[in-house]
Amino acid sequence: MTLFRNVVFLAALAGLCAGLVMTALQITSTVPLILQAETFEGAAPQAHEHGAAEAGAGHSHAAGAPAHVHDEDGWAPADGFERTAYTTLANIVTGIGFALLLVVASEFTSGITTLRQGLLWGFAGFAIFTLAPGLGLPPELPAMPAADLTARQVWWTGTVAATAAGLALVVYGRASWLAIIGIALLVAPHLIGAPQPVNHDSPVPEGLHHQFVVAVTVTNLVFWAVLGVATALLRGRMLDRSVVARPRLA
Amino acid sequence: MTTTTLAPAGASVQTHTQVQALPLMMAALLGLLVIGFVGFSHIEAVHNAGHDYRHSMAFPCH
Repeated sequence: MTLFRNVVFLAALAGLCAGLVMTALQITSTVPLILQAETFEGAAPQAHEHGAAEAGAGHSHAAGAPAHVHDEDGWAPADGFERTAYTTLANIVTGIGFALLLVVASEFTSGITTLRQGLLWGFAGFAIFTLAPGLGLPPELPAMPAADLTARQVWWTGTVAATAAGLALVVYGRASWLAIIGIALLVAPHLIGAPQPVNHDSPVPEGLHHQFVVAVTVTNLVFWAVLGVATALLRGRMLDRSVVARPRLA
Repeated sequence: MTTTTLAPAGASVQTHTQVQALPLMMAALLGLLVIGFVGFSHIEAVHNAGHDYRHSMAFPCH
């Protein structure tokens, strides 16, 4: 299981780096916009969540209770340090998750051996996990109307899978008809279309939402670029050391 | 062999690829589970803890 251990080790380090960078980017760009949007939640007819402050009579939280909860009985981190800590944790944990997929996918070819390859693989991850699903389901702020959660999650997952398979066929397909199938897979989720809300009326100003879409897209681009480059650098270091003891990691 | 790739070139590629496929698939599965748990969990506490993260990553939320 040397290969498994090395892949996990490499992904853990690269994911940690990218997750920490992503946290810094989110704290300075996307999170302030989320907090701003939450102030509109009381005004939303479709609001599915509400802060303790707006919960009204019959429901009270202890002082310092989270101002943003989905369920009156559900636990949520307190605003401030605790909330940021969980965001950081989520970034690092999923950073490692995304890194595992990046490392595995690239090891199935020749592995990420240069910084340029790291960037290219990172851009592929960005296209698969951010660009393609974002076309049908743009990043949303709290208080915005949205279609059924499970339906959106199914479309999101299908789009990610189809885009990944499509890109792989276009880039690595040995016959031209495979590339054509690849293109079809890239396009198909958007012909099917993402689940949309009944109407798009939202208390969140359009300008704020636009700012958020740009912030999410750009921070994710940087996240994937950092993940790819970190993987290239760390993999090189791991191999440098292993050459002495062992010709290959596997 | 001093190749710096995990999949060596030459006649042994097929064998090595098959040997490598299982641990790689296991690592990918681990990654999918982690992302699925944080990004897609319907468990209230997990959802609330990762709220800002999910919005910031454009995961379907709420």
